[in-house]
Amino acid sequence: MKVKFRIRRFNPEVDKKPYWGEYTLDNVEPTDRVLELLHRVKWEQDGTLTLRRSCAHGVCGSDAVRINGVNKLACKVLVKSLNLKDGGQIQVEPILGLPVVKDLVVDFEPFFDHYRSVMPYFVPATPLPGDGRERRQSPEDRARFDDTTKCILCACCTTSCPSFWASGQYVGPAAIVNAHRFIFDTRDGATQERLNILSEESGVWRCRTIFNCTPACPREIEVTRAIGEVKLAIQRGGR
Amino acid sequence: MDVQTHQFDVVVVGAGGAGMMAALYASRGAKTAVISKLYPTRSHTGTAQGGIGAALANLDEDHWEWHAFDTVKGGDYLTDQNAAETLAREAIDAVIELELMGLPFDRNPDGTISQRRFGGHTNNQTKKPVRRACHAADRTGHMILQTLYQNCIKEKVTFFDEYHAIDIITNDGKVCGIVAVCIDTGEIHVFHAKAVCFATGGWGRIWETTSNAHSLTGDGPALVWRAGLPLQDMEFFQFHPTGLYPVGLLITEAVRGEGGVLINDKGERFMERYAPTIKDLASRDVVARSIYLEVQAGRGIGGKRYVHLDVRPETVNRYLAEAGEDRRVDADYILSKLPDITDFCHTYLGIDPTKSPIPIQPTAHYGMGGIPTNLHAEVLNSGTGTVVPGLYAAGEVACVSVHGANRLGTNSLTDLIVFGRKAGKAMADYARQADFVPLPANPAGKIVAEIEGLRKSSGKTKPYVLRQEMQKVMMDHVSVFREAPGLQKALDTVRELKSRYQNDLVIEDRGMRFNTDLLEAWELGCMLDLAEITTVSAMERKESRGGHSREDYPKRDDVNYLVHTMAYPEKGQIRIAHDRPVDLSLGYQPAERVY
Ligand SMILES: Cc1cc2nc3c(=O)[nH]c(=O)nc-3n(C[C@H](O)[C@H](O)[C@H](O)COP(=O)(O)OP(=O)(O)OC[C@H]3O[C@@H](n4cnc5c(N)ncnc54)[C@H](O)[C@@H]3O)c2cc1C
Ligand code: SF4
Ligand code: SF4
Ligand code: FES
Repeated sequence: MKVKFRIRRFNPEVDKKPYWGEYTLDNVEPTDRVLELLHRVKWEQDGTLTLRRSCAHGVCGSDAVRINGVNKLACKVLVKSLNLKDGGQIQVEPILGLPVVKDLVVDFEPFFDHYRSVMPYFVPATPLPGDGRERRQSPEDRARFDDTTKCILCACCTTSCPSFWASGQYVGPAAIVNAHRFIFDTRDGATQERLNILSEESGVWRCRTIFNCTPACPREIEVTRAIGEVKLAIQRGGR
Repeated sequence: MDVQTHQFDVVVVGAGGAGMMAALYASRGAKTAVISKLYPTRSHTGTAQGGIGAALANLDEDHWEWHAFDTVKGGDYLTDQNAAETLAREAIDAVIELELMGLPFDRNPDGTISQRRFGGHTNNQTKKPVRRACHAADRTGHMILQTLYQNCIKEKVTFFDEYHAIDIITNDGKVCGIVAVCIDTGEIHVFHAKAVCFATGGWGRIWETTSNAHSLTGDGPALVWRAGLPLQDMEFFQFHPTGLYPVGLLITEAVRGEGGVLINDKGERFMERYAPTIKDLASRDVVARSIYLEVQAGRGIGGKRYVHLDVRPETVNRYLAEAGEDRRVDADYILSKLPDITDFCHTYLGIDPTKSPIPIQPTAHYGMGGIPTNLHAEVLNSGTGTVVPGLYAAGEVACVSVHGANRLGTNSLTDLIVFGRKAGKAMADYARQADFVPLPANPAGKIVAEIEGLRKSSGKTKPYVLRQEMQKVMMDHVSVFREAPGLQKALDTVRELKSRYQNDLVIEDRGMRFNTDLLEAWELGCMLDLAEITTVSAMERKESRGGHSREDYPKRDDVNYLVHTMAYPEKGQIRIAHDRPVDLSLGYQPAERVY
């Protein structure tokens, strides 16, 4: 089939402001991924089109973009899922709320700064086991935070959040998801510090439970639920 | 052009599992920087699915000696036995270290790390599969990558994210740093260092069908080669038996570890014929060849180029019962152990693997060869083992050689941790006693001229055209099976592509900022170099061993080829010498490989 592409373009060395570039691709298969088609535009038609990508199967988190208005990983969207007619249009823009560097590439530094601010690392609650072996954890305790270990830091959630758009100070759902991963890990001993960080002005209370983030997550993490659990933990004063 | 200069004791190029492990250790004793063309968490280690191998013996009796032997046998005896010993011995402690860093492994009821079966890992006495693969569902690599990045944040490791290394700087034959492009600004940065470690991962993108990320273009080996140093065992590239058809993305061996079986068009579990004892869990080269032969014999599904991987509970349970095992599975269990695989099948094919079989084909997966190193991750300048002072390599890019002619599943992740750690320690030690080698005058001059030349390329051929031709010819003639005429054809084609690359390329983006048109073209240059070296290495090995199967030389030839291949750059040519002996110090004599 034939597909029209409408892609938000901006080259800081040339353009005063962003514009829409239009491209037409023939011989598109319903099973093609949008990433492959963006590659075809770049490789066959316009080498200056710029995007990030790596794994091409939804696990590295490089290629979050807005496809027809919804945050997606371009490598995880098949043409057939967009329900296009022959000659139909796919619109691709950079994710919102982070500064655009060039075309579909945004500046990830503010996103990673928020991530780094929530102590996203293990702080052991107990001394090293005397037998030189692993710390033990029951399958039930392990299951408690399984969902939030899946995060690939793609920013689909944070850049679909109206509270984050309103204020870039808000740490955003991705950072909270990654804090959750440690807060609910029974091996970890820094729960209280993380809860303190997240109860600050920039923390969880900025979340108005608008639920944009959960459907945006390509890893199907229950983002809003994780945020809710962190809010409860703050109120409870612990895990 | 402005060039910025930085000075660090240690520079690690690459932020996958090997690079970050090396950086964690190096930074404890030396001023260290990590340079990565991707954000660290985008590295390909994050896609590793099935597990990391270590004889923890949490569920079955197991010993590091068994793991070492399996590694040697899996490598078709080209594995250096001292390296296999190091890997298997230190694996145990390496996995424990990851757990202590916070890695959320799956757990057994007693709270210990959960383990499962994987191809080629056996109880050496009964020859039956042993549970050795430590895992976190089917996203073990993701957890390793995240855990290491988290620990790097905790220990305040310095990162230069989205910096692309494009040259090694040497002075008087000594390494003194690297040149990198800041991708965002296009500026050139010189990193003056005492020690440089390459941890740039694989180069599967040379082939058409691959499990590898777009970024796996072999920059590290190409840079080392261009610095005048040899590459080892490049003909050994693993084709993983189960790539999703037709996209090539990986379906982990853990599917078979959990009981999945391969089925041909006639409904036969054909691995019973090729590997009567461990069947679907034979090592990867064996299974990939079997699939290929089934397809050639017309027993692909519907006569096409794929077979089925069946992990439907009823199928798994039938074979478990036949094997006299008590274990039974249901759909929920499969889902809990293989959530990502289920998601891939659903997203890319619209099928549910607990209800329909998965179509699979072999896919280019892993480079056993690479930059030759010794057990301390020090790079060697020849088969006789002289070290290049200040140069290190670890992870998939390095050839220790632990994997020999064929890597066992789960041994790469182990390799990253064990040898990444060794590289880090060795570099910290080296930096303590070594001085900086002074930078030569205008250290980036030559590479800047090259890059500027590339940026202005104004021929007629777009890079993707050359890339696709290379990928196709490598897939047709330098994949699961090889023979002289095909190899010659591949070589001729690759050389023709190289000349078009030099004389007729066109780059459309002439800008400085985030110029991926330019950098992709530069990566293509690396891949063309490696495609040529791989093909020449394959031509010169006139035997079949592990991942290298010659139709014209179907037998293993231990008299002439129980030795590593070294490719040396010489006056613009490739010289092959079989001059790095295989270490046999564990005393395992080459035997016929039956599974
Ligand atoms: C789909 C898949 C599943 C796998 N599953 C398993 C498994 O279950 N068990 C197992 O043991 N192994 C598995 N493997 C193999 C294993 O994952 C890889 O071999 C391993 O992760 C490689 O790690 P690495 O640290 O060497 O490199 P990578 O993780 O690939 O990292 C390479 C790094 O180098 C950087 N880099 C590259 N070039 C440059 C440059 N020019 N300048 C700057 N930076 C650069 C990149 O940015 C990146 O950070 C799997 C592989 C694949 C593809
Ligand atoms: S639920 Fe909270 S975090 Fe998610 S989109 Fe809404 S406001 Fe943002
Ligand atoms: S929670 Fe989901 S959407 Fe948000 S960064 Fe993580 S993986 Fe992406
Ligand atoms: S390219 Fe890795 S998530 Fe899409």
